[in-house]
Amino acid sequence: MKNSKNLVTKPGKMELRLTEFFIMIAGLWQFQVQFLKQIFLPPYEIEQIRKHMDELGIKTLPIVSVTGFIIGLVITMQMHPVMVRFGAEAFLPGSVGISIVRELGPVITALIFAGRVSSGIGAELGSMRVTEQIDAMEVSGVNPFKYLVMTRIFACTFILPILTVYVIFIAFVGSYIAVVLVQNMNYAYFIDSVVASVEFGDAIPGILKTFVFGFIVGIVGTYKGYTATNGTEGVGKAATTAVVVSSLMILIFDMVLVKVTLWLWPII
Amino acid sequence: MNIVVEIKNVSKSFGSLKVLDNISLTVEENENLVVFGQSGTGKSVLLKCMVRLLEPDSGEIYIEGKNVLKLNPKELNDVRKHLGFLFQGAALYDSMSVRENLEFPLIRHFNFTPKEREEKIKSVLEKVSLEEAIDKMPSELSGGMKKRIGLARSIISEPKLMLYDEPTTGLDPITSKEISSLILELQKSLNMTSVIVTHDLLCAEIIADRAIVLNEGIVQHEGTITELTTSSDHFLRNFFSHEILEDQNRRN
Repeated sequence: MKNSKNLVTKPGKMELRLTEFFIMIAGLWQFQVQFLKQIFLPPYEIEQIRKHMDELGIKTLPIVSVTGFIIGLVITMQMHPVMVRFGAEAFLPGSVGISIVRELGPVITALIFAGRVSSGIGAELGSMRVTEQIDAMEVSGVNPFKYLVMTRIFACTFILPILTVYVIFIAFVGSYIAVVLVQNMNYAYFIDSVVASVEFGDAIPGILKTFVFGFIVGIVGTYKGYTATNGTEGVGKAATTAVVVSSLMILIFDMVLVKVTLWLWPII
Repeated sequence: MNIVVEIKNVSKSFGSLKVLDNISLTVEENENLVVFGQSGTGKSVLLKCMVRLLEPDSGEIYIEGKNVLKLNPKELNDVRKHLGFLFQGAALYDSMSVRENLEFPLIRHFNFTPKEREEKIKSVLEKVSLEEAIDKMPSELSGGMKKRIGLARSIISEPKLMLYDEPTTGLDPITSKEISSLILELQKSLNMTSVIVTHDLLCAEIIADRAIVLNEGIVQHEGTITELTTSSDHFLRNFFSHEILEDQNRRN
């Protein structure tokens, strides 16, 4: 009897985590509503958006370059024996190109970006929150949501598509090197083959969904940092959970967006 | 005398914990009011309610005749532009240099030319005796220097009302005395009204015109520092004996 009473009064770990999860979802929703409410209200903080785009782009460039190159190289080397098995070696550049443009380029770039940027934003804003810098900004008559949060969300939303286009290009370089290594294909044939296979309908949905991924990285990172509590422990937690949540949300939204884009731009 | 701050029946709870219980007080123009109280008695909460960093559950707060709890965000920002707030840890923006920290409110709210801004920054740094720190980052400053720069940032827009949250916490007695004297000096030269939340009796002795003691969410005592420290009231004797002991320990 005593045990059953304890079960009723004290929520278990699982229940607490579920509660935390739903509180986070509700918080993210409110955060997004606040973002949409303030989007057309001045000041627009264009200079801050540009500054954050510069910072985020430069911060992420080395790691996405390496990742893009390796992805292009590895996927080509992996697909080569398979294509040989089916006697379709000539289609290697085209099929690698489609998979990079439609899926691998956008998703891998978004995941790397989430790992690098979301945690950084979470830690930076979290630290500002616990050291009362956000309060100081608010008391000085500056809207911290506009100055700190919205500028970072916009920067993430606009810089990720640019990075993705760059990663796709680098992945093609990696792929070309692999093709030369395994098949001794000339440069012109490789380009012709990719251009002939990758269509407008392949590139546009891939790039468009990175705007959504960028928004997710921005909103999750800023939400986690802006609402951080409990001192330095809270800052660490904000940084870690920002990466986990944004990566998970990118994958979930990818699933939905793939379905939507296949409906809008079907592959025939 | 004009009343700059008027707090009427303000209450604030966190869950079941009632931190402020129907508090009322006034602060007159050019007055330095010190708010004393043990940890957790709601001193900082009261200060944060005054600028709506926290929303009180009930009551009214007037700053220069405007009920801040009824203002829309734009009107509230207009009020906030004309007051200064020194946070416990100074709350300097980590990613900005001292110059950028000081420049920040000037760029956002005033139409000064770059030259005028530079002059204002230099003059305010001179007031806190830290001209050499202009290009340093907050991470390169000591605790006392951070407090001085925080103070400089708060007064750069020449506020009529200054709020201080534990201005001398974490400082050694010498620096603490220096900061307290600086606060008094600035208050006199800029004709400011100040509300100072502190534990530090030495600081209060230097600055205060009047003091209140918060306990269990209410203003339990009010008077000058001498009246309060020499009172025969059991609670006050107990409270100040602890404060004096703590002060002596710090001095030793």
